[in-house]
Amino acid sequence: MNTLFDKIWDAHVVQHVEEGPDQLYVDRLYCHEVTSPQAFDGLRARGLRCFRPDRIFCMPDHNTPTHDQDKPIADPVSRKQVETLAANAAAFGLTHFGMMDPRNGIVHVVGPERGLSLPGMTIVCGDSHTSTHGAMGAIAFGIGTSEVEMVMASQCILQPKPRSMRICIEGTPGPGVTAKDLALYLMQQLTTSGATGYFVEYAGSAVRGLSMEGRLTLCNLSIEMGARGGIVAPDEVTFAYLKDREYAPKGAAWDKAVDFWRTLRSDEDAVFDREVTFDAADIAPMVTYGTNPGMGMPVDGRIPADAAPKALQYMGFRAGEPLLGKPVDYVFLGACTNGRIEDFRAFASVVRGRKKAPGVVAWLVPGSWEVQRQIVAEGLDQVLSDAGFEIRQPGCSACLAMNDDKVPAGKYCLSTSNRNFEGRQGPGARTLLASPLTVAAAAVTGVITDPRTIPSCRA
Amino acid sequence: MKQKFHIIESTCVPLPLENVDTDQIIPARFLKTTTRDEGYFGENLFRDWRFRADGSPDTGFVLNDPRYQGEILVAGRNFGCGSSREHAAWAIAGYGFKVVISSFFADIHKQNELNNFVLPVVVSEDFLQELFATIAADPKARVRVDVPAQTVTNLATGRSESFELNAYKKYCLMNALDDIDYLVLQKDKIETYEKTQRHAV
Repeated sequence: MNTLFDKIWDAHVVQHVEEGPDQLYVDRLYCHEVTSPQAFDGLRARGLRCFRPDRIFCMPDHNTPTHDQDKPIADPVSRKQVETLAANAAAFGLTHFGMMDPRNGIVHVVGPERGLSLPGMTIVCGDSHTSTHGAMGAIAFGIGTSEVEMVMASQCILQPKPRSMRICIEGTPGPGVTAKDLALYLMQQLTTSGATGYFVEYAGSAVRGLSMEGRLTLCNLSIEMGARGGIVAPDEVTFAYLKDREYAPKGAAWDKAVDFWRTLRSDEDAVFDREVTFDAADIAPMVTYGTNPGMGMPVDGRIPADAAPKALQYMGFRAGEPLLGKPVDYVFLGACTNGRIEDFRAFASVVRGRKKAPGVVAWLVPGSWEVQRQIVAEGLDQVLSDAGFEIRQPGCSACLAMNDDKVPAGKYCLSTSNRNFEGRQGPGARTLLASPLTVAAAAVTGVITDPRTIPSCRA
Repeated sequence: MKQKFHIIESTCVPLPLENVDTDQIIPARFLKTTTRDEGYFGENLFRDWRFRADGSPDTGFVLNDPRYQGEILVAGRNFGCGSSREHAAWAIAGYGFKVVISSFFADIHKQNELNNFVLPVVVSEDFLQELFATIAADPKARVRVDVPAQTVTNLATGRSESFELNAYKKYCLMNALDDIDYLVLQKDKIETYEKTQRHAV
């Protein structure tokens, strides 16, 4: 009567600390350049090495520019952080996918696509969107820099075991409704703290029906409901995605692994601390109007009458008004939320045969070089280029504006990223979160548009 | 900064806003440093609420209001949601806060505070609202946080509540020990686990 989460967690408990947290063994630690330098310094100060260097993978993503990556980074502060990661990885004997390495990209895109994030694993990274990797059937969660140091020093982390929650989405989503819309809907229903203290298992036919990319998007946004993480039980979709990936098991080891992975599911009689069920048919393409991801609404709806005044003041909106037809200054396709090949296919399906609206600045940023290669292999680069869009080089980019991709104060950006917090995309920037389809629809019309009104829109 | 916790008694800085995210506590552009300089992060705590775009202090923000001082930050529910950046905890510590009182904390940030010897104290919503009212009426009102007894007391009203803190973490806080000190002593157990682990990965 165990949940999937219990099975994986319990198998990784090295010991229960008396009247304290569990000491959990960590299979993978990912490091990026922003939250790791102080952890490496901490090891040096204590005279420690990395305990299991073969389980640690490093790559810069937050600061990387989305153009001219073959040249030194112009911003000296960003450059230093990226160079520090490379130097630390070398000094501590860790695998490093540096800038321009064909395996580089956003850590939460790269982990699954290289076959590093596997079912049954425990995975951590100094980044809240580590929840993404739960889509592979793993326990994955974001940690702070002290905890990064902890894992480097011992390959373990001290964590209180979270409570369990199952979110079922049953039925078939309507046209134009993507995994992003499911997640924005869940956040709107449950609020940004609705799952705090819980680890979520996503289930139900609508979740089973999602592609691997869709599941990664859904799990990515678990943290925006406050959840410690989100997981989807591995199935044929997972196995097909992982087969032959660089770090996935091969040959007999693959068969053995799949046999084990098939056991990774919640028992029929598993008891969750909390269960909620939603009907996919109730979900429309979503957009946010406020300054946290829970402030969402159907794209063709109206801003709630009781919306937080501070948020509306920041966004320049009024309670009760619709968003359809509002002008958009910037669009951003990318981030660990929606920077995968399926997202570029969706965007291309809308803009195919159309033109970018004049005056809209569009940033299309693949999540990794692998995604970039696939875009070209599928000819999507031509479709996008014909429509007046340019594809940039991979990285986190305008999701949090640590590189040059900053939205100016007061400007509106319709974005496939994960957070619409004040100043997230640049000081004073106004962010509206939506799916790649909805963002694409605005990119060609210049205003907030219901993607369902565009005939070629493919969900 | 590692320090021993016992009893903290102080005036408070009130921030009666809900869902304060870590991007507000410390915006991403201050995360580019490679060192753990708490002073730098403390100077930029709540940067975009504290300073206007031209760099001048926003006198309407509580950190710029000289009436409110102290080692205790009192914040609305769901404090520290969003990004996992530990820089947020460093900023809070660097500014000089030792305790944050709220009715609800986001998980990762709560853990980050504990790992930096900032004590997150969870109180009931009712206690929190009364405390906001107390501070509004008298900015000199004091609060006492007794770590050994695990109680928090609004000294103006005498109202007291107990708060949760597991025995392990309490021992760490009272003795200025951190999790890494503990884990490096567990090497044998970790190696035994690695030899006997059942899962295929």
